[in-house]
Amino acid sequence: MELSRRETLALGLGAAFLTIMPLRANAAAEDAIAAFTGGADVADGGVTLTAPEIAENGNTVPIEVSAPGAASILIVAAGNPEPGVATFNFGPLAAAQAASTRIRLAGTQDVIAVAKMADGSFAKASATVKVTIGGCGG
Amino acid sequence: MISRRDFLQVSMAASALYGASGFGNWARLAAQQSLSQDQLLEFETFGNISLIHVTDIHAQLKPIYFREPEINLGIGDARGQMPHVTGAAFRKAYGIEDGSPSAYALTYNDFAALAKTYGRVGGLDRVSTVINAIRADRPDALLLDGGDTWHGSYTCYQTAGQDMVNVMNALKPDAMTFHWEFTLGSDRVNEIVEGLPFAALGQNIFDAEWDEPAELFKPYKFFDRGGAKVAVIGQAFPYMPIANPGWMFPEYSFGIRDENMQAMVDEVRDAGADVVVVLSHNGFDVDKKMAGRVQGIDVILSGHTHDALPEPVLVGKTHIIASGSNGKFVSRVDLDVRDGQMMGLKHKLIPIFSDVIAPDPAITALIDEQRAPYETTLREVIGKTDSLLYRRGNFNGTWDDLICDALLSEREADIAMSPGVRWGPSILPGQEITREDIWNVTSMTYPNAYRTEMTGEFIHVILEDVGDNLFNPDPYYQQGGDMVRVGGLGYRIDVTKPQGQRISEMTLLKTGEPIDPSKTYVVAGWASVNEGTEGPPVWDVVENHIRNLGTVTVQENTSVDVVGA
Repeated sequence: MELSRRETLALGLGAAFLTIMPLRANAAAEDAIAAFTGGADVADGGVTLTAPEIAENGNTVPIEVSAPGAASILIVAAGNPEPGVATFNFGPLAAAQAASTRIRLAGTQDVIAVAKMADGSFAKASATVKVTIGGCGG
Repeated sequence: MISRRDFLQVSMAASALYGASGFGNWARLAAQQSLSQDQLLEFETFGNISLIHVTDIHAQLKPIYFREPEINLGIGDARGQMPHVTGAAFRKAYGIEDGSPSAYALTYNDFAALAKTYGRVGGLDRVSTVINAIRADRPDALLLDGGDTWHGSYTCYQTAGQDMVNVMNALKPDAMTFHWEFTLGSDRVNEIVEGLPFAALGQNIFDAEWDEPAELFKPYKFFDRGGAKVAVIGQAFPYMPIANPGWMFPEYSFGIRDENMQAMVDEVRDAGADVVVVLSHNGFDVDKKMAGRVQGIDVILSGHTHDALPEPVLVGKTHIIASGSNGKFVSRVDLDVRDGQMMGLKHKLIPIFSDVIAPDPAITALIDEQRAPYETTLREVIGKTDSLLYRRGNFNGTWDDLICDALLSEREADIAMSPGVRWGPSILPGQEITREDIWNVTSMTYPNAYRTEMTGEFIHVILEDVGDNLFNPDPYYQQGGDMVRVGGLGYRIDVTKPQGQRISEMTLLKTGEPIDPSKTYVVAGWASVNEGTEGPPVWDVVENHIRNLGTVTVQENTSVDVVGA
């Protein structure tokens, strides 16, 4: 059996290999959050993080975060080699404490949003975004 | 021999009012009835609004055989819940007698024998008769198409969906949502949708660049019916660019977007909707979860996962209706809506027994017209089968085994992979296999049968990835297909484990040796979502294989060991 190079490479799957197994939060993610909060307690609730359950393209995943009353919001992609994504700061004249952006995810992982409220307290929300090879849909 | 016109017991009637538990009514109603077209259609008109639901027709214009699944596992909270109940357990749940017409329509057992007695199902000319009968009772009944309509046959492929558009337009739907339609490519979809004489809906169809609702597809439409204002909200298949080739429709983005669904429900309620209906291509478990998260939906007409349920499933105050696939069923749902509230619902899953329900001659003529240019090609006999050929089920069906064998032998591969799609009619033992039959289980716009090398480790990654798309305990992370079908490879799957731990004991069948993660294997497959995939179309591969065999016999497949079911 002869396998021509052209045929073998035709699929192009090799170029698209993703990290398929879910990525665990790495220590750098915890460090980034600790640096933002100064080690203070972080409550659940008060932050809305909207992200797709399954990414259509792991290289550009649209996310949206809102936390009424926040002074700043930190976004962390917990499984990325460099977990820090962005910090949004809101001045006193900001009409809404909300922002949207697109982020790159190395694989299935949790995206975490931590908000620093005007009173100095912290709140967070997280969402699991799956990155998959896809195919085979019914 | 009993005549087909008098044998059947109409068994699929159910009424569900608030507070009624899931099971029970149905068997009693079934027992009171016997079979004829009139009785199949018998329905005491209820309330002031009628909905007619068809979904996942997959371009099946003519009557076919369609075997329901033997294995349809529910994971997590869905374990043992409808629609994850099959065979005898399904018949017991709804009080269906073994060997009855309902058993034939809704379960897999003795399929070949019952098919010989009860005949083919579906055919859009029969569906038309049913729709006309419902419209005779209620002239302003809403006809709602759940999508996967413009895909799945030879003629649909050759006409880029035009055959289905022509026939469906003649049935006069009021609204539609989408999935496989997008695999025609966005230019063609846009062209058809711009000319549709009915609403093209999808609250989750977004412009990919701006992440804003796509202009061409509206989120919802209002209909004034029976003195009430009916809002129909569309929900397209959420994972189109993932499960299907996103490069064919790069301008569009989807997703579940249940926060936007809630916003749309609130918006239509504020605008005076008396009743809110969601026309969905989510898949049943996703619809169940959505019904629990989004408040204010009265009825979800559910598609995508091809389930046929004779009674609605109730989540909170939301009734979920599942209407099967391939033209095999039509659901009629009558609603009593008064003072801005749904007071009651009556439902019937109508099986389209093609020998019992008379075809609508106008639609028969229209179907024949679509097929006429291709009739000789369609009818060409390629071979014959000694075995029942079917696809539906979480793991390999016999059609899939045959396709995988074709890939192994025609493409000289160690391992074959075939997509776990849920469409594709069945063929009975002793039947001839025509070109049309082969296209019915392979037709798509990305059919290239590739041949490539993969390491054992990567094959494992693929099986784990697809396994998680099916068996993730959270329905929002499922894509609604079945497990990728494999040839030349055996494996064990524990469906209860997390991703990365489900698949073990992978074995190369031709040597009996374990798959070596670092070794390279030649893999043939088709339906890759990657752009630029090369190889002959899979229907040619399968046709050559069947022609070479002459008569097909598919052996029992025991290469997948399922645990935790």
